[in-house]
Amino acid sequence: MSLSIADVEHVAALARLGLGREEKERLREQLSSILGHIELLDEIDTAAIPPTAQVIELANVLRPDEVCPSLPRAAVLANAPRQVDGFFAVRAVLGGPGADTDPS
Amino acid sequence: MATALDAVGRPATDAPTDLSAAELRRRLDARELSAAEVTEAYLARIAALDPDLRCYITVMADVARAQAAAADDRIARGEAGPLTGIPVALKDNLCTTDADTTAASNILRGFRSPYDATVVTRLRGGGAVFLGKANTDEFAMGSSTENSAFFTTRNPWHTGRVPGGSSGGPAAAVAAGEAALGLGSDTGGSIRQPAGFCGVVGLKPTYGRVSRYGLLAFASSLDQIGPFARTVADAALLLGAIAGQDPMDATSAPEPVPDFAAALAGDADLRGVRIGVAAEYDVDGMEAGVKAAVDAAVGRLADLGAEIVPVRLPHTKYALATYYITAPAEASANLSRYDGVKYGLSVESETLRETYERTRGEGFGAEVKRRIMLGTYALSSGYYDAYYVKAQKVRTLIKRDFDQAFARVDAIVAPTSPTVAFPIGARTDDPYQMYLSDVFTIPANMAGIPGLAVPCGFADGLPVSLQILGKPFDEATILRLGHAYEQSEGWTDRRPDLP
Repeated sequence: MSLSIADVEHVAALARLGLGREEKERLREQLSSILGHIELLDEIDTAAIPPTAQVIELANVLRPDEVCPSLPRAAVLANAPRQVDGFFAVRAVLGGPGADTDPS
Repeated sequence: MATALDAVGRPATDAPTDLSAAELRRRLDARELSAAEVTEAYLARIAALDPDLRCYITVMADVARAQAAAADDRIARGEAGPLTGIPVALKDNLCTTDADTTAASNILRGFRSPYDATVVTRLRGGGAVFLGKANTDEFAMGSSTENSAFFTTRNPWHTGRVPGGSSGGPAAAVAAGEAALGLGSDTGGSIRQPAGFCGVVGLKPTYGRVSRYGLLAFASSLDQIGPFARTVADAALLLGAIAGQDPMDATSAPEPVPDFAAALAGDADLRGVRIGVAAEYDVDGMEAGVKAAVDAAVGRLADLGAEIVPVRLPHTKYALATYYITAPAEASANLSRYDGVKYGLSVESETLRETYERTRGEGFGAEVKRRIMLGTYALSSGYYDAYYVKAQKVRTLIKRDFDQAFARVDAIVAPTSPTVAFPIGARTDDPYQMYLSDVFTIPANMAGIPGLAVPCGFADGLPVSLQILGKPFDEATILRLGHAYEQSEGWTDRRPDLP
């Protein structure tokens, strides 16, 4: 399995991960190598095997729909890099100056 | 008791920093020691040793002293619990309201959680003393603590060697007498492998046995919190304090929690116990000294009366590849929360998207980026079936291997890691070489079963570790086996030869 720089850039964009030029090249090599090791799995025929996402035998864990205490707003916002009027503040996402033009 | 071990380390002394938690409990209750004295002894040892060993990211001296004073009051009132006044190291991916929680990452430098992890709440309620937040590979991704964004912890048995990882900080702290007990997390071996490298006991409980609420999530279907201790009995004590269902973690299990300490009370006669040994764990690259020590431990278990039974775990060789799809895939989703908006580092830029990219690009270290990239790739359109779903199917096969083996045996024994602690810097250039040190621990996470690492001797002056795997929710059996083995040997009475 050999990745291209374009592959690395595509995945980095999906992951919202800013990478420098050298980082991209190093990741291209390392990920290609790791994916090469992972190809070992191709030798197993899994056509008839169901997937396992988790191993516990619990399903639909429910609780009564009751109002419980939650953290005070000030405590939740205390670590926020930017806040306005009790909200997390971010750059505009739709329209206006500084808004994202690429919604992908 | 074996005599060859006399050459390695020194015998445990009567100092509080050498005693087991159970012996500290006895002396605290008998008023032979106060919690304040015990805590001061540990803080003094941290002050003396930690500038070199670097087990802790944050030492919580003020918190510890206040907790020790409260513990002494509680003991005086006759209301002490098993852990009242016992000093504990917490891995720095467990949320605490009274010390920063960084996951050893620049993206969380200075982060103060508004809530405690459930395990922290339980220990607080029990009167434990928190010595500090211990080092880890960044976001628990690694096998040596060399991926900590802050510094590498040194192995107390040989300071040129790694302590293992990711929970190298708490493992080394317990080994060095910088904590009586430790809490770590284990996603692919991150408790058992460093316990093995540092010559202490480490337990990954069954998935769901311990609440993960307040553990910074790495791979949510694999992560589990568990104890470090100097004896199996101490690990049982700590497991009992943290186990049980929690409304804050919907994946925590409603299984009743047995009295783990009581499970150790019987004699060491293992007649009637069937222990599996799998040829698949005899891999290329296993060090001769590790193999010899583990073989001798299996022989000792047989001497104690256990029946040794060959079992087959044919999909073992696929576990590592399966893990390196599943864990990064889950990590890539979990770590999307570090976006520079809610907490942690924020590199504000022209657009929100650029803020995300620059914050994450500057805040995450190389291994974390590697895993986010690998996981995002495995989940991306066009590759999801070939990688992620394929890995989930192989996970089914790995779990079936264990289901079939455990139909015939009560436990399975294997080495904890194929090597002893390796030199600092030896594996940092090749990520896959680093991943190989978890080849024996990963299958238990994939299957969700419990695994106990117990010291089983030394090779080249460094600790070797026996891993005992159990049936789901049957920690009691592996603790009983580990305790019986430990009592028949002297390994856990040795301490590294530090000042």
